Order: sequence, then C-alpha cells, then structure tokens
Amino acid sequence: MARSKKPRSRSRRAFLIGGAVTAGALIVGWRFLTPSDSAGPDALMKPGQDEAALNAWVKIAADGAVTIAVPRSEMGQGVHTALPMILAEELDADWTSVRIVDAAVDVAYVNDVMMGEGFPFGPHDTGFLARNARDAGGWAARLIGLQATGGSTSVRAAWMPMRQAGAAARAMLVAAAAEKFGVAEGELTTADGAVIHAASNRRAGYGELASRAATKSPPEELTLKSPSQFRIIGTPRARLDIPAKVDGTAVFGADVRLPDMLYATLRHPPVVGATVKQFNPADVARMPGVRKVTAVPGAVAVIGDSYWQARQAVEALAIDWEMAEASRISNEEIYSQFEAALAEDGFGYQDEGDAVAALETAGNVFEATYRAPFLAHATMEPMNCTAFLQDGKLKIWAPTQAPSIMRWIASQESDIAEEDVEVNVTYLGGGFGRRGEPDFVRQAVALALAVPGRPVKLMWSREEDMQHDTYRPAGLSHFRVSVDPEGYPLAWHNKVVGPSVSGQATMRYLPFGDDSSPDRTTVDGAAWLPYATADMRVEHILSRVPMRVGFWRSVGHSHNAFFTESVIDELAHKAGKDPYRYRRHLLRDNPRYLKVLDAAAAKAQWDRELPQGRALGIALHESFGAIVAQVVEIGLEDGQPRVHRVVCAVDCGVVINPDTLVAQMESGIVYGLSAALWGEITFAGGEVQQTNFPDHEVIRMATMPEIETVIVGSAEAPGGAGEPGTPPIAPAVANALFQLTGKRVRDLPLSKQDWAVGA
Amino acid sequence: MATFTLNGKQVSVDVDASTPLLWVLRDTIGMTGTKFGCGVAACGACTVHVDGVATRTCVLPVEAVEGAAVTTIEGLGQGDNISRLQQAWIDEQVPQCGYCQSGMIMAAAALLDDNPTPSDADIDEAITNICRCGTYSRIRRAIHRAAGA
Repeated sequence: MARSKKPRSRSRRAFLIGGAVTAGALIVGWRFLTPSDSAGPDALMKPGQDEAALNAWVKIAADGAVTIAVPRSEMGQGVHTALPMILAEELDADWTSVRIVDAAVDVAYVNDVMMGEGFPFGPHDTGFLARNARDAGGWAARLIGLQATGGSTSVRAAWMPMRQAGAAARAMLVAAAAEKFGVAEGELTTADGAVIHAASNRRAGYGELASRAATKSPPEELTLKSPSQFRIIGTPRARLDIPAKVDGTAVFGADVRLPDMLYATLRHPPVVGATVKQFNPADVARMPGVRKVTAVPGAVAVIGDSYWQARQAVEALAIDWEMAEASRISNEEIYSQFEAALAEDGFGYQDEGDAVAALETAGNVFEATYRAPFLAHATMEPMNCTAFLQDGKLKIWAPTQAPSIMRWIASQESDIAEEDVEVNVTYLGGGFGRRGEPDFVRQAVALALAVPGRPVKLMWSREEDMQHDTYRPAGLSHFRVSVDPEGYPLAWHNKVVGPSVSGQATMRYLPFGDDSSPDRTTVDGAAWLPYATADMRVEHILSRVPMRVGFWRSVGHSHNAFFTESVIDELAHKAGKDPYRYRRHLLRDNPRYLKVLDAAAAKAQWDRELPQGRALGIALHESFGAIVAQVVEIGLEDGQPRVHRVVCAVDCGVVINPDTLVAQMESGIVYGLSAALWGEITFAGGEVQQTNFPDHEVIRMATMPEIETVIVGSAEAPGGAGEPGTPPIAPAVANALFQLTGKRVRDLPLSKQDWAVGA
Repeated sequence: MATFTLNGKQVSVDVDASTPLLWVLRDTIGMTGTKFGCGVAACGACTVHVDGVATRTCVLPVEAVEGAAVTTIEGLGQGDNISRLQQAWIDEQVPQCGYCQSGMIMAAAALLDDNPTPSDADIDEAITNICRCGTYSRIRRAIHRAAGA
C-alpha cells in the first residue's frame, strides 16, 4: 500500500467548536456561581416565605432544612445524592436535613467538563494546547449553557463549583452569626448545620441565621477543606432517591400524568434512510379512542385517549414509506467497507516516535484485526416525552440527559422563544447515552403543536425503541505491533475504523453539525495507553455509515478496551508470559495503574489452583478519569461461557459516596457483560433484525456473576464512575476464554462461537 | 366493563375487555408504579400479584382478572408503611435507575409468600425480570435479608 502522504496530525484537526481553542484561560471562582447572565439565586431557588437562598445552589429554611439544587439527571448513577454531598461537606450541613431540588435550566449550572473532553488530546496531556482547548471547551459550554449529564462528568464538573457554593454559603452564615453574637468571625466554627462560638458556649442553627446570611456577601477568597477534614465526602450515604423507587412513587418520564392528557405512540420507517411518504388517517379514525393521526419528525403518530388505543391504531395504519433515500445495507457490508478503509491513512490522534517506519524494518511483527458489532442501549424505560402547548408557551416533561439542549430543540421545533419553553426533567429509567438524543423530544413537541391546549404523552413501544436507537457503532481495529526479544511491544500501530459518533450526534441537534471529520471518541481507549511502548501511532479512519449511531455507555472505550486488552493478552501468551505479570512489566513506571492491577489480582488470588473447567482472565483500562482492573473467573455451560465471579479494582480519585461507586462498578460490569456475551444489533436489507428482549438477551439473575469491588484509595481529583466499569469486562472474559479453551476470538458477541475446553 | 379488587378496594373500569391490565392500571386508573418495559412479558417490569401470583400484566387482558384480587406496588406498602421486603430493598440500597424495581419487588414478594426462605437457586428460578442497571446481586441480598429478618 502506498504511503506517499504524510499522515495528518492533530494540528490540522478541525475542532468541533472551530476557533474556540484560541480563547484564554478563565478565572473560575465563586463569582462564577452566579454569572451575570444567570437568573440569580432567588429566581433559581424560589425560596418560600421561611426560606433564604444563599446562592444559585442552596437555600436554607427557618427550621434548618437545607435544599440543594442538582443540575444533573438521575438515571441510576446516584448523582442526586453524590452532588449534594459535595456541597453539604463544605457547608458543614447536617446531612439528615439535606433535601434536593431539580435545578432550573440556567447558565449557573453548565457542565463545563463535558465539552472540553471533545478535543483531540489525551486525558493526561497538560501541554499548552491541551489545557487551552479544555478551557475553551468549558467556555463554549458556558456560552451555549450546556446543562447535560454524560461522559461520567457529573462529579468532575460539580467538584469545584459545588464545593465553592457550599463554602461561600458557610462563610455567609458565619458572617451572620458574628453579627448576631457580636464577635469576630475568626472566633466561630461550624459543624452539623450550626455556627458555634465555643468561648461563650453559644450556638446558632443555620435555620435561624439563613435570612440574615442571605444579605451578606461571600468573601473574595474562599478556603476549601482539605481531604482530612471531610466528614461527608467518602462516607457511605443512603441514596436520597431510593425510598421513592421502592414504593412506586418515583415519577419517570413514562409516569407523567396531567389533567386532560392525551396519549400517543408511533411507527418509524422500517428501513434505514426511508421516510414517510403518505398515510390515510381515515383508515383508523373510527377506531376507539383515536383523536388524531399525524406525521412527526421521522415517524407517523396516533394520538388517542390511552396508550393502548393509540398503539392498536398505529399498528393498523397503512403507511407508504418513501424509499428513495433508503439504504438496504447489511452489517456484513459495513464490515467489508471498514476492511476496505484500512488501506487509507487515518487521522493520527497519538503519534509518539515513528511507529510506521519502525514497523517497516521490524523483523517480528504481530498483526491482528478485531471487530465489534452495533449495540442498542435498551434502557428499561422506552423513549418517551410529554409536551403541552398552552397560550403560546410550551411545557415539556422529559427523561432527558440534556435539558438545555432540549429546550433549544423544542424552541426550534415550535418557533416558540426559548424563554417560553420550560423543560422539566423526570427520573430517567436508564440513560446510558441514549437520553441525550433529541428525537423523542422533537416528536413530542410536534404532537403538542397538533393538539394545542391539551398535554400529550408520547410513548414508544419497545420494538420502536430497539429498532430506532442511536446505536453504538460497529468498529474495526487493525493492529501491527513489533516486539523486543522478550516479547514486549516496541512499535504499536493501531488503525481504528468507524463513523464519527460525535459528528453524527451533533448533527441531530445543531444545523451546522458535520460527521465528515475524524472523531476522538473513536480512539478513546485505543490511544494514550498506560503501557510502555517505544513508538506509538493510533489513528481513526473515518468510514461513515447510514444508520444512526450515538453515545453508548463508555463510547469508544466500549470497543477499544476489548481490542487493545485482547491484543496485550495475545502478546503476553506469544511471549510465553503470564498475562498479569506481562502487564505488570509494562506498567513498571506507572505506580498508580500498577496498584489497581495488583489489587484486582490479589483479591482474585490470581495464582491459585482453579477447579477443573475454570479459568481466569484479566484486563485493565482507564476511562473518564478512572482506572479499573478486572479479573474474571469463567467456565462453560452447554458450550457457552458462564462468568462466575468478577473482581473489580478501581481508582477514581477522591470517592464521594463509596457504596454508589461500588454500585456503579457492578452496573458497568453487568451492562458490558450483557453486550460481550450476547449484545448485537444486526442489519439485513437495511432493517434491524432484533425487535425486543426475547431476541436481545441480557444478564439476568440466573446468569449474574458474583462481583467484588475493591476501592483503591487515592487523593487524586475525582474521576468518573458511571462508565469506567464497562470497558474492561469484555476483554477480561475473552482473555479467560482463551486461557480455558485455547481459542482466541477477535469478534463479539462471544456467544456467536462454539466453545469447548482446550486440550 | 371489568370489575376486580385492586389493593383491597373494588374497582370497575369501562374499557375494552382485551385491554392489557397494565394500561388499565396506568392510564385508566392512574396508578403508575407498575411499569411498561417490553409489552411481550419478557422483562417483568409490569409484574403485579393476581390472586397472590406474580403476573406480567402487559399481555394480560383485563377480562382475565374479572373478580380477582390484584395487588400492585402501591398496595404492598407506601411511604412510612412499607413492607419488610421494601425496607430490605432500602437497607441493601438496591435501586439504581429504579424503573424495573416495582416489578422486581412484586416478583420477590410472591416468591417469599410461597417460599419464606428461598435458596439462591430458588431466587434464580423465580426472578427472571430484567434490570439493565445490573442490581441483581443486591436484589438477591435484599430477598435473603427480608427472609431472615
């Protein structure tokens, strides 16, 4: 293959937000908590008669109840408990008096970490350009008011603002107490929701100080606690959302009920790229409960008096689909397209040394091609949204990960000004990336416009949800690795082929979105590995696909961890070395990673004698600021893998709520394991072949492994928790299967293969 | 028209007899604790008790419960008056997103009614509901906790 072109480098990369990289660093202090274009504390916190708002994040009632605004969506990751813990810590609040309220959509609550992660720099790149790009991403996020939940960013983005908000409120309460007691502020301390003057044995609860405190200004300089002073952070706290989730009172999007509400459901075209040509509402107009049949973006919907009546009607409706732009593609054709694309030079996200030249002269080159399938999110709660147009104003109730974007989308769809659009975020019945998408919100808005004066709840069927997802794209990865005489990697060249997830996702909400540039998320987890190598080139070869692809729990890490950690395992076995010790050698200069790997191996007793028919596999992966190592113990049942036990070690820096971290590791593992064993969305003639859970198997009680999580202590700034548990499980299981059977599988899901214990 | 007992009270609903009980509970009566997950009785999110038996209601025509006693999550216990099983769910910090949990709890409650001290194998066999957040280990612990309390 010709190599005349010099590979493109990162400096020529078209950034997602063009030009933003030149913006200077921003001073982020407590003043940012109430930016000048924010609605302000009272408008945002809406204090009642006996309450006082101290800033945009917290109000305190006369009885001492502390209400904290949480601007992130609760989708199971425990953020409605972890974020208030951060603020309550610096406030020295009495945790039992803490309540939460969903934050309004406001610039005070932007997620300024999420967008900064979109630039083509490694997670540990602290160079000038990388730092400025991250700052610019935060700046751009604030500019557009990006209030969103995803990318395991919630704690990372809230860590400083919510600590500062708590500390600022505490300082105001201290100032109020100093005035009340007639003493100097320096003589006062705080604990458990009270200001204390030890010298005179006086004490004032936050409730009695709140209204006076609200008139005080916070100090110019805030002092934050050192970790040794933490009393709430790092201690297991019962989740605030759980009581409502055991008695049926938690309101998910699907549970929204409003007076005079109508119900709607829909059908999308069955083939990728097809659209609605025509339909005849008269066909179903006389069916019971049918109110209206209407086209909505991407589908045809029936509005009725109940979901069931609307469902019956939409299924009975004859719809002509416009097939002019339809793609009759199959997933095998996609893989052929990806394989052909390997001949191209991609965009090099990581270029250390000259891996290509080194491999040309190397004697012993390992070569392998890995691939991974399309995957559905399959949240338990199918897509839904409720919208209500009345007197020129639009109200929306949505289980969404991105309320600020949805407000803008709704405004675009309805031609109603953004200030007249209200977005209420309900509980999310699973998110996993799917609920940052605008499709179901757009459709609900169109329905509200069709029946002004009446609220309408759109509910997708499970079949529509599974067949019209924004799928984790299929991917292909080609490795060429040269090794030293000991079998350790020298030059490493990995070409990852696939579409631009970020580009496609952006196109769905921004008119100037574009999916024709490379995408860093495609190489996330393939580049910037902790393992020592001499020359490294990791590139993304863009290969667009006609089907919708989107962010799926851990995004690029979800396939790259499988590819990369399988290759490391292959190299270890080729070198005749133990896969755990092989990794240890490659991590010898990276103590933080080594500690996590060792913790998992020790807890799993890596060297122990295993029963007949059992084997262990290991994998380590870093994502979203967290390092996770997993050791799995597997066997076979009826020729299929059975995972008995997973030991998971995690270092995600400072831990907010340890039990939530453990729960998120369990959750990430189960999600990734379901995908590794059975997960696959296939296309035939442009149609998705899976329809519902019966042909989309997932882990259930009987197939659930025992999971033990070891938290490896670290004082690093907090990393993510929601996603990092997912990536390592697929390679850990595949590596264990190799150990047991001698069969190396370079494709998922693992259940596609027949398995037998090797000789 | 269908008449049945719902959480101890007699209810009559004027709906087509073939309407699945799930949608009668959610849309007609307005009790939304019972969830819609798949519509084909594969995931268990819609589980309630019909005459004490854990039953998936998304495919169960309302006419099939004529005269029967139906118990939903709302009838199992609410607020400060939750059942021992629901308390075990809190103690073990089971739910994540929470969407499947009503169905899980109803399936577990029926299991414990039949078998007050189930083994792990009994739990595997009885609880076939789907949870995409992966709370299965905690569900198992909560069932054992409620059984042992």
